[in-house]
Amino acid sequence: MDLNIIWFILITVLFTGFFILEGFDYGVGMMMLGRPKNERAQFVRAIGPVWDGNEVWMITAGGATFAAFPHVYATMFSTFYLALFLMLLALIMRGVAFELRGQFKAADWVNFWDFGIMFGSFVPALLWGVAVTNLLRGVAIDFQMHYVGTFLDLLNPCALAGGIFFVMLFAFHGTNFLLIKIADEGLLHELRDKSFKLGIATLFCYVLFAAAAAHDTDILAKLSTVIFLGLSIAALIASCAGVKSGCGCKAFASSTLAIAFLTIGFFNALFPRIMVSSLSPEWSLDIYNAASTPHTLLLMTGAALVFVPIVLCYQFWSYRVFKARVTPQDVSYH
Amino acid sequence: MDALILSRLQFAITTVYHFLFVPVTLGLSIFVALLETWYVNSGSYEERIKLKKLVKFFGTIFLINFAMGVVTGIVQEFHFGMNWSEYARFMGDIFGAPLALEALTAFFIESTFIGLWIFGWDKLSEKLHCLCIWIVAFGSNLSAFWILVANSFMQHPVGYAIEDGRAVMTDFVALVTNPYVFGEYSHAFFAGITTGGFLVIVVSAWKIATDDSVSREMFVRTLRRAVLYTFVGLLGVMGSGHMHAQYLAEGNPMKLASFEALWETENPAPFAVVADINQEAGRNDFEILIPKMFTFMVHNSFEGEVKGINDLQREAQEKYGSGYYIPNDVRGMFWSFRIMIGSGGLMLLIVFATGFLVFFKRSQIREHLCCLKLMPLLLPLPFIANSVGWYIAEAGRQPWIVVGLQKTAVAVSPNLSANEVWLTLIGFTAIYLFLAVLAVFAAVMFIRRTHITEEEN
Repeated sequence: MDLNIIWFILITVLFTGFFILEGFDYGVGMMMLGRPKNERAQFVRAIGPVWDGNEVWMITAGGATFAAFPHVYATMFSTFYLALFLMLLALIMRGVAFELRGQFKAADWVNFWDFGIMFGSFVPALLWGVAVTNLLRGVAIDFQMHYVGTFLDLLNPCALAGGIFFVMLFAFHGTNFLLIKIADEGLLHELRDKSFKLGIATLFCYVLFAAAAAHDTDILAKLSTVIFLGLSIAALIASCAGVKSGCGCKAFASSTLAIAFLTIGFFNALFPRIMVSSLSPEWSLDIYNAASTPHTLLLMTGAALVFVPIVLCYQFWSYRVFKARVTPQDVSYH
Repeated sequence: MDALILSRLQFAITTVYHFLFVPVTLGLSIFVALLETWYVNSGSYEERIKLKKLVKFFGTIFLINFAMGVVTGIVQEFHFGMNWSEYARFMGDIFGAPLALEALTAFFIESTFIGLWIFGWDKLSEKLHCLCIWIVAFGSNLSAFWILVANSFMQHPVGYAIEDGRAVMTDFVALVTNPYVFGEYSHAFFAGITTGGFLVIVVSAWKIATDDSVSREMFVRTLRRAVLYTFVGLLGVMGSGHMHAQYLAEGNPMKLASFEALWETENPAPFAVVADINQEAGRNDFEILIPKMFTFMVHNSFEGEVKGINDLQREAQEKYGSGYYIPNDVRGMFWSFRIMIGSGGLMLLIVFATGFLVFFKRSQIREHLCCLKLMPLLLPLPFIANSVGWYIAEAGRQPWIVVGLQKTAVAVSPNLSANEVWLTLIGFTAIYLFLAVLAVFAAVMFIRRTHITEEEN
């Protein structure tokens, strides 16, 4: 196995971590829609200690792509220019909202920032779905690795189906996280009900997305990908069953697995390409023509093997510190 | 305006904005950590309640600033690919590594331990909780180190080779031990201490003027500490700045000559206090000079040559072929440098005056409340110094994006239209202004309504 393959795997790991972790806090953010102020405060408190650390998974995935596959970083970020601009606006609002929402008790102030959190969670979820679908579906990349299409080309039906699927999946995953974080029984009961409906809707969106992707892309070309995607569907069904049986832990663990299998299946379908060119297969960016030199890859492999486990340890510890369920009293001073 | 100039403008605006918050994070994180250490080691019950409130008070200001710094930082990471894709291709093998290391070694600990610190007051032991803010402070300053390693390469490339039209890393250790890193990082670190400390001085002074009894007394105590802290920062910033400028005579003489507007090589070279710069003609139309002073600043003696811009331009043409290698805003660099030095000098005076009051005339503080109340008007000083300092560093790199290796003009993403960049430029600027107003408003209202009392609540 050469360093390029190792780095493809590491990028897969980082994106898997990102979608699992940030997936649930985007989901929690979206689930604040329409909830009363006191419940929104509990939702925010549930992800408050960890969302920032989760977001760093995305930043690290971006930074690692830059270091290992600079051409992918260059082409992807310039191709998705306006989409990333929207995502940045959303993330800016979201990050500041978590800090400022508690500064005043006035309802308008809190509502405004809570809207920022909802908007800031929905937009990135949608856009990541659109973006990864486009990676596989292919965008108009010329022989110099430059994007020659337009912004509207990126909003094709298949990619939009991917975006909606991501939104539903993360909303479901986030609700499952709340099932293990909220203490209030009445609220939990309501969330279980919501989660089950979301789970069914997610499965429905998955089928739609898979149909669109099967039509537009070569996602089903490899048996291994079909198996991974099958496993993710099975995990989603298990998650719904977990919700139904009232076991939040099982529901959350299963939706975590579903996202992991989905991400792995997706990258497996891409391999060895990372960005597909819709103009010519030769112009696709893959793990060789887009990579850094072996020297840099080796250095970064060493760094990743040392630091990723350390990060996992203290992030795990941080989740343990905050493992207690959030009660309505926990947020009374916010 | 085309996509290139708009992208430059966008990067300049978003970086300067990001760097309003970064120095506060660097300096205030350490100050809050020191405060909490003081709290953890303090004795009496009443004292502990007051100190804990003080930690939370400055902690909240820190957190509002930190949030702004984090979200504006993400924009910068994305920028290299969004607007500067050809730069990312050319430099990815080198530039990506420190950026990824910054995320892996610094961002993760900052973000995880800030969460533990904010929500962990009742869940962690006092000492562990205090350790969390120290780790956040360490992570913040480590992240500054990595990004300045990356920036230093752009100013002074080392440890690289050119293969297949791109720069590749041959020596990571050389990258990290680049002499440019040492000057740039120490200068930025002490600028952070100064900015964080000065912010505490201003806030404390205002609280002394507007609060009374216990609260006033507590802010006198933070003011004393902040005066010392800022003084250390200012000494460091001046020392490292002086050292770095001396190093520039070797490392990047064009930048040095430009911000001093020295057009011709001279021995000994004079220092221009003011100058009317005529960039087209390559000379100053009017100047007030201190003879031999520039040579003395560079060589620590009144003998020695300092190279001028016109001679460096000729050297560059011999080396890189015909072209204009002079930073295109010598005037802006010249005045930026003087504004930076002026702001630093003014801060030093303010620190001396405030220090004299709180250390030697403490009993007379009540007679000077109106002065203390006006201190917030001085708050822009460190922020102005930081901004113009970066202007000198980056404008002085032009026309290069990576000195000697890649020009800024060829680094921009070729697929961007001017309209697209106009849209994002206006969008970022608008949301940044909007959030600045709200964040400053929230911080000021918080400072106004919060008082340090002996009651537990």
